[in-house]
Amino acid sequence: MTTLTRRYAFSASHRLFAKALSEERNRKIFGKCANSFGHGHNYFLEVSVSGEPDPSSGLTMPRASLDRWVGDSVLGRIDHTHLNSDLAEFRDLVPTSENVLVVIEAWLREGWRKHFPGQGLRLCGLRLEETPRNSFRVQAGRVQ
Amino acid sequence: MLITRKAEFSASHVCSDPNLSPEENERLYGKESRPHGHGHNYVLEVTLRGEVDPVHGMVLDLKALKEIIRDQVLDVYDHRFLNIEVPPFDHIVPTAENIARDIWERLHGPLAAMGSTLHSVRLHESDELYVDYSEREAR
Repeated sequence: MTTLTRRYAFSASHRLFAKALSEERNRKIFGKCANSFGHGHNYFLEVSVSGEPDPSSGLTMPRASLDRWVGDSVLGRIDHTHLNSDLAEFRDLVPTSENVLVVIEAWLREGWRKHFPGQGLRLCGLRLEETPRNSFRVQAGRVQ
Repeated sequence: MLITRKAEFSASHVCSDPNLSPEENERLYGKESRPHGHGHNYVLEVTLRGEVDPVHGMVLDLKALKEIIRDQVLDVYDHRFLNIEVPPFDHIVPTAENIARDIWERLHGPLAAMGSTLHSVRLHESDELYVDYSEREAR
């Protein structure tokens, strides 16, 4: 089995604050991340695709197609945005990295149908680095 | 338990299919298809799967793994132009996928001869791209 992983960078700001909870409770859960005007991160996203490399090209998929798919589906929508204010997905969803990853996964699935109809490829894993110390992964098997 | 050993080698390559036009190669491989080639500092991670030996407390002597990687991979790949100097890349395109599989094939036999099970090979071509190869069934 061959898995190809490509790493992408994007920058965004966010505020971690659950509207359903009190100011004090939010402060307790999210600490500095609940500060009113938000703050930013340089995120890194790793996208893994598995499939048999094409026997003549030796490629699981052309890098440019992978970049176009991730660029259109994710980076173009999320890079240099304020997640809470600019993206409808986070109007009522706290933009923790866990939730950002869930949203990115949905976007990639949607874009997959448009970019790769009927190819034997599989989106098999995603990893999001919020900072060099915090990273989040969706394991193979969950993403189809 | 899984144990991983890392190694590095530097090599140059060009990714293009002689049966395709320059435009088609550019579409498939991008800048990787430029005719005189270019280089990468490849980083290889070799992962073995095994039980911890109850006496010496190791899955495999890492020194033995280091030597196998040196003999089978680094001595063959390091500071070479893959397309010209390292078969099978005289007739197979040296994409990261094909290199990872070739490294798997070079390591698998010698490790098996020592009673070790190769679990996976990860090859980083750059900070932005890596490939994993294993014989596990895709789930």
